[in-house]
Amino acid sequence: MLGLGQRFPPFHTAFEPAALHRSYTTTESMAPKDRKPHVCRNPDLIRGVGKYSRSKMYHKRGLWAIKAKNGGAFPKHEKKAAAAAPAEKPPKFYPADDVKKPLVNKRKARPTKLRASITPGTVLIILAGRFKGKRVVFLKQLSSGLLLVTGPFKVNGVPLRRVNQSYVIATSTKVDVSGVSVEKFDDKYFGKKVEKKKKKGEGEFFEAEKEEKNTLPHDKKDDQKTVDAALIASIEAVPDLKSYLGARFSLKSGMKPHELVF
Amino acid sequence: MPFKRYVEIGRIALVNYGKDYGKLVVIVDVIDQNRALVDAPDMVRGQMNFKRLTLTDIKIDIKRVPNKKTLIAALEAADVKNKWESSSWGRKLIVQKKRASLNDFDRFKIMLAKIKKAGVVRQELAKLKKETTA
Repeated sequence: MLGLGQRFPPFHTAFEPAALHRSYTTTESMAPKDRKPHVCRNPDLIRGVGKYSRSKMYHKRGLWAIKAKNGGAFPKHEKKAAAAAPAEKPPKFYPADDVKKPLVNKRKARPTKLRASITPGTVLIILAGRFKGKRVVFLKQLSSGLLLVTGPFKVNGVPLRRVNQSYVIATSTKVDVSGVSVEKFDDKYFGKKVEKKKKKGEGEFFEAEKEEKNTLPHDKKDDQKTVDAALIASIEAVPDLKSYLGARFSLKSGMKPHELVF
Repeated sequence: MPFKRYVEIGRIALVNYGKDYGKLVVIVDVIDQNRALVDAPDMVRGQMNFKRLTLTDIKIDIKRVPNKKTLIAALEAADVKNKWESSSWGRKLIVQKKRASLNDFDRFKIMLAKIKKAGVVRQELAKLKKETTA
């Protein structure tokens, strides 16, 4: 132990380990920006075999210097007095069979990953449903993952609508949507209105109510008009784009979908 | 039916199979009965089986296995690129490439243009028919 003190000055001036300069009280979280990224002290010769031996690494890490600073022993923190755990009462009931705990699931629900080819203003081809074949303009992706699209309504009869990404072909044609504000549209806007159940009126009463609720409310029609106004202006700026959006897509003879560039 | 296009040093050929499909290459040497040494300005000189090559009408004046600089100079002197692109074969390939790269919108525009052209042709035809019957 005494011999250790004699070794230091001549040999180790060139080997001053960083440990001597660091204070023990700073932790990684305190000043992360001041630290330079540390180069590996013991590079791999091959996987599993370092360049330096255990004794060399001991020296490199400066454990000898830390010990010397601390008077021959590695500095220890005093153990924190463990907070006395409240005395647990033995449970009254032990289940007869072992109850299996469900596995931990830390997955977060998030909207479907949007294809890189789909950006606001992209012309999409709808492949299924009432509007199959229609070319529509993509506006934004809603929080449910569905895509908000519009015909525009005056051009091809497709209103503001939600569409699933899987039922859509993205073309490389883009329309300028900078003049359109889509902030107010979300999934709730498109949700079905909750009907109050009235069980008292039967027969004729019911039919009358249903007929009333089939028409679109006026504010939705106005929303459609405001969105489409800006869009139609930018569509008419491009020649033939309006008739393009008004026409339906169909596969003709000789068209091979896997060879087509959309 | 004599042959018109011969395998010779300086013959330009079109690669019809493999990694360099569609490229124009120069035959710079013949290795044996089946293989040639080919070179092009944008590739490393290498061997190719004749089955992978389709000979063209174009021939340039080079010595056996020239270095890249000389080869490029000879290609420029013979104006191979323009000769190829103005030949009917070359033009056909360009059209094929263009058609394959067409957008959905482009295809729509072409359809409109075809209909318009057909309309104009039909009008002229109708006029001519009228004149001959009258």
